[in-house]
Amino acid sequence: MTRRRFVGVGLGAGLAGSLAAQSFAIARAQGAAVGAPLKVGVLLPRSGVQAGIGQDCQRGVDIAPGILKDLGLPELAIMNADTETNVEVARARAERLIGEGAQLIVGAFDSGQSTAIAQVAEQKGIPYVINIAAAPPITEQGYKFVFRNFPTASMILADAFANQKEIFAAVGSAPKSVVFMHVNDTYGTSMQKGIDAVLSKADMPYKILDTIAYDPAARDLSVEVAKAKATGAEALLLVSRLNDAMLLTRELVKQRWTPMAVLSMGPGWYEDQYLKTLGRLADGPISFVPWYDPNKPLSKALEAALAKAHPDVNLNTNHIYTFEALLIAADAYKRAGSADPKALADAIRATDIGNNVSIGPGIRFDAKGQNATLKNAAIQNRGGKLVTIAPKSAANAKPEWPLGPYDKRG
Amino acid sequence: MPAEIYLNVAVSGLLTGLVYGLMALGLSVIFGVVRIVNFAHGEMMTIAMYLAVALFSAYRLDPLAMLVPIAAVLFALGYVMQRGLINPFINRPEHSQFMLLVAAALIMVNALLIAFGPDARGVQTSYAFASYALGPLIVDATKAYAGLAAVTVAAGLFAFFRYTLIGKAIRACADNYAGALVVGLDVKRLYALTFAIGSACVGACGSMMVLLVDVTPPLGPTYTLLAFVIVITGGLGSMAGALLGGVLIGVTEALGGLLFTPSAKSMFTFAILVVVLLFRPQGLLGKRLT
Repeated sequence: MTRRRFVGVGLGAGLAGSLAAQSFAIARAQGAAVGAPLKVGVLLPRSGVQAGIGQDCQRGVDIAPGILKDLGLPELAIMNADTETNVEVARARAERLIGEGAQLIVGAFDSGQSTAIAQVAEQKGIPYVINIAAAPPITEQGYKFVFRNFPTASMILADAFANQKEIFAAVGSAPKSVVFMHVNDTYGTSMQKGIDAVLSKADMPYKILDTIAYDPAARDLSVEVAKAKATGAEALLLVSRLNDAMLLTRELVKQRWTPMAVLSMGPGWYEDQYLKTLGRLADGPISFVPWYDPNKPLSKALEAALAKAHPDVNLNTNHIYTFEALLIAADAYKRAGSADPKALADAIRATDIGNNVSIGPGIRFDAKGQNATLKNAAIQNRGGKLVTIAPKSAANAKPEWPLGPYDKRG
Repeated sequence: MPAEIYLNVAVSGLLTGLVYGLMALGLSVIFGVVRIVNFAHGEMMTIAMYLAVALFSAYRLDPLAMLVPIAAVLFALGYVMQRGLINPFINRPEHSQFMLLVAAALIMVNALLIAFGPDARGVQTSYAFASYALGPLIVDATKAYAGLAAVTVAAGLFAFFRYTLIGKAIRACADNYAGALVVGLDVKRLYALTFAIGSACVGACGSMMVLLVDVTPPLGPTYTLLAFVIVITGGLGSMAGALLGGVLIGVTEALGGLLFTPSAKSMFTFAILVVVLLFRPQGLLGKRLT
């Protein structure tokens, strides 16, 4: 053997040995028996353009331990990580969390980032519970370790149209035309494709005059709003994020356009940061979103825990679904009796939680790993608070219609 | 589409473009004299924006009223940076200068993240939601004030370089480095002053920009790139070119978004850059290098 070959073989063997030892260490850590807390990697966009929402999701993580303990569920050891609102970073952080011993992954608010994490989780064989992400393809890949307790874009759309019709009937008025504005990310384009596919069958009273896609990281949306206003549409139909929702509102005010209604089918318009930053200008928009059933006992417990930790923050989708993802993890860990990834995944697949927060009969997954029983609500911003106006079964207020003129709000 | 919409959008693009132009002006001044491209330019503007936000949050001081003090702070930062950090690199290869300024930019972004966190921050002045209606034309009050301030600052800068002794000395350094040394000009000090003036420009621009967009630490690189594109389009080293480039990019982005798709606004910016590089590589108002 030459010196060069010796060195090459030696290095190769060393590398292989090191990798094997590392894999063994990960496997040993990830197969730890119940008793020790389950290591849960929580991936959220804590910085970047979605930072506000990622940090809001974190509140759902922060208030979970006390409630889970009261429910008699095992303790979770949370390993936080930041996706930086970037798909590639999300993928890398998921790999790193698993390398550091995470036994289950939760996250990541965004469909693009969640898709990347799902690929990693499936490849490594580590269960992944999606808190928020609606793009349908994530649970259409035949994955065995990926579970989503959040409605898909098509479920959100179907409920949004049903709830809109209920509101139009209640107020005796409906827009005849809308302009559809949406972010051009994975979620936004999924919703746009969904609308194109189902609107004709939904029998809505309005037609879409124009569709305007825009960058969720845009710094200025004046052109977009000018273009929307120029269509002469009576109402705005939207799929937004947080920063762009604030920018759009500012432009509506500056360009002196108050549509009959702002109908949002995504985040942004009901977020606390939106309500606080815009004050009275935040009143009126209606969001058609996955929400919570205020009548469920666990909803009251979650509301109380959030009020204690953050007295000035309203309970919202971010807290609810992030909390429920951890609830699913703890419940599965208890039933599995082990942190073995396969046992955990099997336990999650058999989940049947009736005592939950979100609207619908409870948490259970179909063969694809999707909770298909979830229902959405219509909520309206009112005086810095959020009221539920549809469906009737979960409503606690009547809709205020039409949108109050922006120039008469003081 | 009603005709007035084009006018509204073009005016909005023009006002935004003026602010872009002022930002690029600082970069152009620095390159025109010191022959260094400041790759931390956008990050320095972000620092100015955070200063404006901090002063507004703490004392309710209007960013436009704070334009001069913030520009003065950035002037000092630029002077110190040039004397302490950049000066030793003046005669080093361009890749060394590039790496130095990129490193400075990264440090600035991360320092801002540590100091202010990742959340977007903005200021809500009394005129934040105001607009003026002039017949069918609706002008955003914030953009109008920012645009006017940009024109005023740019005019002051032109006057400084044309009529003051220091301005003339700086121009002499830019025109003939050896000649400036021969006649006894303190070139090192003038370089530091030039870098400081370019930084003050970006400081003034930051005070205006915070009225138009919310600031986050990662905003800097986006604006560094934008300033660079504007300066290349207008002509590296040409002050008038920087302003023209800013206006051109602002109006093109706005009208391009209106006529085609708003998602592709930045595509038009880069399309202009490609066209200029192909047919007038020295930039619209730049001098052809011999």
